[in-house]
Amino acid sequence: MSETAPAATERGLWQRNKWLLLRRTTQFSILFLFLLGPWFGIWWLKGNLASSVVLDTIGLTDPFILLQSLASGHAAGQAAVFGAVIVLMFYLLVGGRVYCSWVCPINVVTDAANWLRNRLKLNLSWQLKKSTRLWIMVMALATSAITGAIAWEAVNPITMLQRGLVFGMGLAWVIVLAVFLFDLVVTRRGWCSHLCPVGAFYGLVGKRSLVRMNAPERTACTDCGDCFRVCPEPHVIIPALKPEKDTDTSVILDSDCTNCGRCIDVCDEEVFRFSTRFG
Amino acid sequence: MKSNMSDRLNRRQFIGQCAHTVGSMSILGLLLGTYTRQSASTPARAIRPPGAIAEEDFTGACVRCGLCVRDCPYDTLKLAEFGSDVATGTPYFIARDIPCEMCEDIPCVAACPTDALSKDLTDIRDADMGVAVLTGPDTCYSVTGVAHCRACYVACPIRDEAITMEQKRVGNRIYFEPTVHAQHCTGCGKCEQGCVTEEASIKVLPRHLAKHDAGRIA
Repeated sequence: MSETAPAATERGLWQRNKWLLLRRTTQFSILFLFLLGPWFGIWWLKGNLASSVVLDTIGLTDPFILLQSLASGHAAGQAAVFGAVIVLMFYLLVGGRVYCSWVCPINVVTDAANWLRNRLKLNLSWQLKKSTRLWIMVMALATSAITGAIAWEAVNPITMLQRGLVFGMGLAWVIVLAVFLFDLVVTRRGWCSHLCPVGAFYGLVGKRSLVRMNAPERTACTDCGDCFRVCPEPHVIIPALKPEKDTDTSVILDSDCTNCGRCIDVCDEEVFRFSTRFG
Repeated sequence: MKSNMSDRLNRRQFIGQCAHTVGSMSILGLLLGTYTRQSASTPARAIRPPGAIAEEDFTGACVRCGLCVRDCPYDTLKLAEFGSDVATGTPYFIARDIPCEMCEDIPCVAACPTDALSKDLTDIRDADMGVAVLTGPDTCYSVTGVAHCRACYVACPIRDEAITMEQKRVGNRIYFEPTVHAQHCTGCGKCEQGCVTEEASIKVLPRHLAKHDAGRIA
């Protein structure tokens, strides 16, 4: 038996879920750091994902929110601009959409929706274009410019949920529930992979980012399809795993990739690993 | 001929695609814009922190991070929750619950990363959160003569400048009326909180709603 499926038995539960667990740990740790203040009076991380202060010294600001503020016609304060530059540099290094899979609390919600969708075998999916989120991003910036207010923050489920947990929820559950149901019954991976303009923005930030997913052992691929099924942006895998020419790079260069590492987890042939964009 | 056809088809498709995208995004933008505008109309009882720039600019400047709320030592400031009538995530306070204590170092302004709370405010006495108005002369104990109350006057951190008890006379009756001097009032709301009547007889209103002297001369 063990000879017919050696890889499956060699890789334990930890290896098959390592990156998922690391990711969840990071997401919840960041949230917990924000909650240390209001819960225990330990103010290591103050504010919320829109803008925060680390250890009373380093300010961080969400660059997409700041961009909308600039579009609305407000000359942002020095602290906010500086904070946004730090955040941009970080994501240029580790990958833009690392925000989506390692920081964003809505990712936990949509992953849960997708898990349940698979469990319940809900196959109906309303087709949306990947480019929709880019257009929503443009729309959010244009609306900010026209109304003079930071438009997306009026509805943004990410900050709504995170601010809600740290400062007080109000009716923000409604928006979170809406996103969950949307991903569960309307469109597979609907919110994060098709509509969210924040993800679209971070995708653009990560166009030239350094840390990448890589498929160096692609010749070992057995075409089982596990990585495609688990990937929130499966189209990014194809050029690296199934190249037109053998000389094509095995690095996943599509900035839609969120560097979540789930493909590493599920691949029993250990095709994937993290690398730099240079291989 | 064939290439001409496909060219025409492509152009038609292209224009169709453009119309589709621009159209759907315009609809979304209109909805979002209307909602954004609507939710930016702040109710009179919600008062912005000291140094807050003009309300129509505030929702473009404030990133809703809550750092002002965190640095307020009196827990005066709150972040509006989704579903309330104040723009979601923006800071405000309700004077009747917890008024502004007018800290000399103005920590909320210092905390603001975007200058939505303007760093130009360096003296808290120049703050212009609103202006107190004697909204209930018919319930005010001092005016009606129920008691020798001067709770609002005593509560005021800049009494004798922002508020005085002016002697008034109606027929034979002499009484003292709490009188706000708008050019000194910062809108901190201490008077509103201090008022002993069930519904406060003196309230802080946004300056544009308060009929008062020529307005604040800072």
